[in-house]
Amino acid sequence: MSLVKFTTSSLLLATVSATAAVARENVQVAGSSTVLPYAAIVAEAFGENFDFPTPVVESGGSSAGLKRFCEGVGENTVDIANASRAIKNSEIATCAENGVTDIVEVRIGYDGIVFASDIDGNTFEFTPADWYLALAAELPVDGAMAANANTNWTAVNAKLPDQPIQAFIPGTKHGTREVFEEKVLLQGCEESGALDAILAINGGDEDAAESSCMTVRTDGLSVDVDGDYTETLARIEADTNGIGVFGLSFYENNSDKLQVATMSDVVPTTESISTGDYPVSRPLYFYIKAAHLGEIPGLQEFADFFVSDEIAGPDGPLAEYGLVSDPKLASTQDAVANRTLLDGM
Amino acid sequence: MSKVTPSLLVRDDRTKRRNAAERRFRFYGLGAIGIAALALVVLLTTVVSSGVGAFRQTYVTLEIALPEDKLDKTGTRDPDLMARVTTFGYAPLLRAALIRQLAELGITTDLSDKHIGEMISKEAVATVRNHVLANPELVGTTLTIDVLTEGRVDGYFKGRVTMESAALDGNTSPEALEIAQRLADLGVIKTRFNWRFLTAPDASDQRPEAAGLGVAILGSLYMMLVVLVLALPLGVAASIYLEEFAPKNRLSDFIEVNISNLAAVPSIVFGILGLAIFINFGGLRQSSPLVGGLVLTLMTLPTIIISTRAALKSVPPSIRDAALGVGASKVQSVFHHVLPLAAPGILTGTIIGLAQALGETAPLLLIGMVAFVREYPAPYSETAGLFGEAATALPVQVFNWTQRADPGFAERASGAIITLLVFLAIMNIAAVLLRRRFERRW
Repeated sequence: MSLVKFTTSSLLLATVSATAAVARENVQVAGSSTVLPYAAIVAEAFGENFDFPTPVVESGGSSAGLKRFCEGVGENTVDIANASRAIKNSEIATCAENGVTDIVEVRIGYDGIVFASDIDGNTFEFTPADWYLALAAELPVDGAMAANANTNWTAVNAKLPDQPIQAFIPGTKHGTREVFEEKVLLQGCEESGALDAILAINGGDEDAAESSCMTVRTDGLSVDVDGDYTETLARIEADTNGIGVFGLSFYENNSDKLQVATMSDVVPTTESISTGDYPVSRPLYFYIKAAHLGEIPGLQEFADFFVSDEIAGPDGPLAEYGLVSDPKLASTQDAVANRTLLDGM
Repeated sequence: MSKVTPSLLVRDDRTKRRNAAERRFRFYGLGAIGIAALALVVLLTTVVSSGVGAFRQTYVTLEIALPEDKLDKTGTRDPDLMARVTTFGYAPLLRAALIRQLAELGITTDLSDKHIGEMISKEAVATVRNHVLANPELVGTTLTIDVLTEGRVDGYFKGRVTMESAALDGNTSPEALEIAQRLADLGVIKTRFNWRFLTAPDASDQRPEAAGLGVAILGSLYMMLVVLVLALPLGVAASIYLEEFAPKNRLSDFIEVNISNLAAVPSIVFGILGLAIFINFGGLRQSSPLVGGLVLTLMTLPTIIISTRAALKSVPPSIRDAALGVGASKVQSVFHHVLPLAAPGILTGTIIGLAQALGETAPLLLIGMVAFVREYPAPYSETAGLFGEAATALPVQVFNWTQRADPGFAERASGAIITLLVFLAIMNIAAVLLRRRFERRW
């Protein structure tokens, strides 16, 4: 039967060709969805201007990307992991177990985290304390912890407009959530004096107090958004009382629908973030598998190109898209060129 | 006791109740269909109204001077040496061209040169550079070429961007849109059908206007080929054995139950399996249509087996008996008589299985196909093997684009959904037509 012959031969062909694969030609990147747009912009420009193929950039989150990165060395593992946070020691250990012992850490710049609401709604001027008092699960009241009773922004701070509290914050799987907890909630907890009050109540247990500061209420006034910023935007469009947490670049691309709130009287811009005046920002990284440098064609060139002045500098396309460029870019460039390995390996 | 009416012409209470119950049931049925139809209409109108714009694209005709001292300092017209001028070197040429054209057409504006330059897509620079590198003799002349406009300008001509929204938007301004409108009145800016949407690869977040489905359509095509070539013969062989040859015992019952169960397994599970077996153990390429096709094959196999077995079952036993009766062997009776008669049913099941596989995203997430891929995957290459080059798939492209910040990508995502729906409709219609054409009833 010709059908049988055809299928057997194609089956054989598929298996043979599958095993015959040799060195990969394109750079393979995985990781943070925050870094993804920047990596895609660089990959596109790299493909246009160099003879190497355009790198493939996967998304999926910092943790997932680093997990893939640490799976081992070889052409069917990724070369670069993007991360919106620094690599953890536990991840370095996992990497080392799987033979990924040499890692180059590259900081590409900073990402601002902004609070934005519907363009036609009230204007907000926040302080971290406002967010803590609005979103904490429990607040210290008269020497005891009590469930958060604030339901309106005026109750939190008389200067804020009369609007029910409805916050859309990133879900726990997002790297942004960690920054939000540490730089906004914990900071607000300290500034409002609640941290001392909690320490007085629980007898000085600092870890418990800090985790209490960062525990978000679950009565529906704060909603965890596990999807992307597009989902947060859709929710704000549906509920115009909502206030959402966004990346600066996302806000700048949707400034016709959103208005941004100030934090401690500072308007978030790339300038105010790079000077450090705007408090809520975080560094963005990518990690290179040093064993692949020289093996995968274009990897070194891609990394050099990523941190070059014309790409990651203050006038480059990344800054234009919303990345806050790193003032110490020159030392990063040196580190990439010299393949400076991460310490503690 | 209800009284018994002797006449057939007068309906008694009981008959009336039964008739009323029947009318109610018909009404429920109509209601159910109505709700389904309404949901479909709402879905299609939202998708089509937001996605139809993706099939039209705005272009601006630029007359770009290509000075030799900028593009070919050596004067050799050697593309390798000219390639040293990057897209960053070409960008000012395009901006200067537009500014000069505005001056020639008598359009004055307060807009800064930088913002005028931003009306041209960033993709245009690469288009021009590639064009010049392919035709080095153009250096020193003036090139007239249609290039993409920036996404907001494009959105203005499609009604997505208005003067009001532009006033609030940091990426464009009402002044820029006014210039665009005047250029359009003069015929320099034109909106026309967007073939690029179906052929171009994905583009980064800064250029929604350039993004297309080319790589995704190729990736989906390759995966469907892999699924067809693997799942159809395997599925048909397995069903023929189970249906015609296998003894009916506990083992075959066990296999049958397992196949039915597999058909109901969430598709992401096949993705996990694919990552563990094909990539980590088998050493196949991540992001490759081959692995994607293998994973989707696993997912589609149960569907094909179940429908093939149903098709084989529906062939009357008298056909087999007649074949065996005139001296055919079991194999001959199956391959000469039963299989050809069951073929329409098998084809329908296969096409529906393929359509299901075409719309699947979840398993591809784990094998690295949810990615930004700009290089067209070749069906075969020396280094990557058959279907080994990185690709995405149609549903993945929808997923990717809905996550992007620029509102231009929302339009692209809806456009991709329309494309995917068209492909699915074609496949399902083909299934229906094949069944109509070849089906035999006994």
